[in-house]
Amino acid sequence: MNITLTHFLLISAILFSLGVYAVITRRNAIMVLMGIELILNSANINFLAFSRYGGLNIEGQMAAIFVIILAAAEAAVALAIVLNIYKRFNTVNIDEISILKD
Amino acid sequence: MTPELTIALAILFIPLLSFVILIFFGKRFLNVSGHVGTTFLGIDLLLSLYILFAKLNDSIPAWDVTFTWIDFHTVVNNVPLRLDIGIMVDNLTAVMLVVVAAVSFLVHLFSLAYMKDDVRYSLYYANLGLFTFSMLGIVVTNNYLLMYVFWELVGLSSYLLIGHWYEKKSAADAAKKAFIVNRVGDLGFFIGIMIVWMQFSTLTFNGIFSAIGSGNIPFDSNNWLTAAGILIFCGAVGKSAQFPLHVWLPDAMEGPTPVSALIHAATMVAAGVYLVARTFPMLTADALLVIAYTGAVTAFISATIAIVQNDIKKILAYSTISQLGYMVMGLGVGAYTAGVMHLVTHAAFKAGLFLGSGSVIYAMHHALHHLNDHHTDAQDIRFMGGLKKKMPVTFWTMLIFTLAISGVPLTSGFLSKDEILAGTLAFSHFTGHSIIPIVGFLVAGLTAFYMFRMLILTFLGDHQNNHRYEHMHESPKVMIVPLMIFAALSFFAFFSFNPVSAGSGWFFEKVTPPTVVVPEGVASTDVKEFMEEVHHQHSTAMMISVGVSGLGILLAFVTYYWKKISADALGKALKPVHTFLYRKWYFDELYDATFVAATIGIARISAWFDAKIIDGIVNGAAYVTRIGSVVSGNFDSYVVDGIVNFTAYFAGFFGLLLRKVQTGRVQTYIIFALIGLMVLLVLHS
Repeated sequence: MNITLTHFLLISAILFSLGVYAVITRRNAIMVLMGIELILNSANINFLAFSRYGGLNIEGQMAAIFVIILAAAEAAVALAIVLNIYKRFNTVNIDEISILKD
Repeated sequence: MTPELTIALAILFIPLLSFVILIFFGKRFLNVSGHVGTTFLGIDLLLSLYILFAKLNDSIPAWDVTFTWIDFHTVVNNVPLRLDIGIMVDNLTAVMLVVVAAVSFLVHLFSLAYMKDDVRYSLYYANLGLFTFSMLGIVVTNNYLLMYVFWELVGLSSYLLIGHWYEKKSAADAAKKAFIVNRVGDLGFFIGIMIVWMQFSTLTFNGIFSAIGSGNIPFDSNNWLTAAGILIFCGAVGKSAQFPLHVWLPDAMEGPTPVSALIHAATMVAAGVYLVARTFPMLTADALLVIAYTGAVTAFISATIAIVQNDIKKILAYSTISQLGYMVMGLGVGAYTAGVMHLVTHAAFKAGLFLGSGSVIYAMHHALHHLNDHHTDAQDIRFMGGLKKKMPVTFWTMLIFTLAISGVPLTSGFLSKDEILAGTLAFSHFTGHSIIPIVGFLVAGLTAFYMFRMLILTFLGDHQNNHRYEHMHESPKVMIVPLMIFAALSFFAFFSFNPVSAGSGWFFEKVTPPTVVVPEGVASTDVKEFMEEVHHQHSTAMMISVGVSGLGILLAFVTYYWKKISADALGKALKPVHTFLYRKWYFDELYDATFVAATIGIARISAWFDAKIIDGIVNGAAYVTRIGSVVSGNFDSYVVDGIVNFTAYFAGFFGLLLRKVQTGRVQTYIIFALIGLMVLLVLHS
């Protein structure tokens, strides 16, 4: 079976949807962060797919590497925030952290 | 400023200085405040004597100094409006200055003993000073404006002095009565002045008289001129206690007796006569007729009342009213000089009579005080009698005064009374009003009768209480000396060297009637013709007057000394008449029933009107306001607040709705964001 661009985009879309689903439904902040990682990675797949099948070439791979670096930085900052949240509220359950509405 | 003017001003202001010093510092040197006042008045008297002699020797001319007080220029209607005030001294003024200063000085002297232990000794002397100042002011002023001012000032000082013992209700009431009754007359006086002002725009005597003389009459009507004269005379009716405003003078006897002598016998009550004399040139024949009749009625009514009174001061008060009526009548009939002369002679002997009665009352008080008797009236002549032996000087001086007032020859009263009576005869000759001389002679007889009744009951006969009699003494020297001076002044020699006719004396020579300025048709009899007729009638008048006086005196002796006629039996036989006279013709009752009751009635109606109508309007306005504010309050709290609250509620309601959206959960927001994104994508494609 010939693997085409459509397959990559499909995988990427599934991965993105899973990521969004995780972000929306997970109650644990860590899980939400993992959902965000999934979203970022689905974007990476798209970049790579367009690099192979589209006209992006090497620029697509460069963008993917940037995204990975950003994701690493983002994870570091986000985990620090989660740690602080835990210190402050004694939980990482984002359902219970709704003081914004008050 | 001429030296004479300085002296005249000094005479006017020295008593005021006395008043100011005593009112502010009197309490500090209480014991000598009387001496201070007396000294000032002594100086005043000397100065006025100087002015009088200078005037009589014609060494100084009559002068009239005017200066402008307020100048309104031509503010209203292009008529120049200017208020001039000033002083004027002619022979009449000079005579009056001496009369006022002399009586005031002697009363000051007399009061040194009489008022010695009084609670308000220095205030008494201060008020005497104020009175003397105001009275001198009336005399020296040359215009109606200042005269009115001083007129009110004598009213005020009279009020203060009548009410000197204001702890006594009767004294306080008498003071009020005097003031209010005078106010009635003063209203007329004021309206008269206003009529004059309306027409002439000046109030100086000379200005007015020269304007009338040149044919300028108020509102071009002789009737208005008459009305102005009569209205100004109203002031005299009040001050000089003429009918129908005579009711205050007897009550004014509540004041200290020396005050009665000064104010209510010699000077203030004579101010009315002086006013008529000053106004004389502008009085029409009709006005003079009214004045003559007023005087005659007053003289008659009060003489009849005086017959039955028992209070020594009340008798003297009614005799004063009667004699004032005489003076007014004299001026009214045109006997100008005679009227003024009677004022002067009367001032001397009536002040003497009052001071004499003061001396008697003083002795009675001391005797009663000594015996601890607080019930007997010290002024009732029925409790006196036989005082001649105990108080010889008082008796002899009182006898001279009584002879003078009765019009017995060789006295001053005889001269002036005769001239008035001759004047009334001349008046009836020219105008046919024969009732006036008849009343004049009748009153002369009555006067002689009641004055001797008083004298006999007080000094002759027996004292009915030996105990009290023993305690009576002659008064101290300082009280007797003024009596002797007044007694000396009651002899003819001071006024005319001819004991039977005043016509040749200095008084008639110097105090001549002013030129009458009223228009021909309404003027009274020509002065020259009138004086000729007076000369003609003089001997007739003298004989009749001596006859009636003698008859009156004889009747008094028959009734009260020899007791040939029983006064009590006569009084019982004529009970209604006696009661009628004793109750003073029921004037007080009449006024109480009419004017006083009407005033109180009007006051009640006004009070009712005030309480019901005015208060009703006020309360109604308040009620309406309250209703209005309730309505507006409700509008505010329901409509305005409703809108505001509704807005808030509306915002709140939507806030409540929208608040559901703001869950605070990040994931919800992400869902919204996704939905939004999807909508955008759908819309875009």
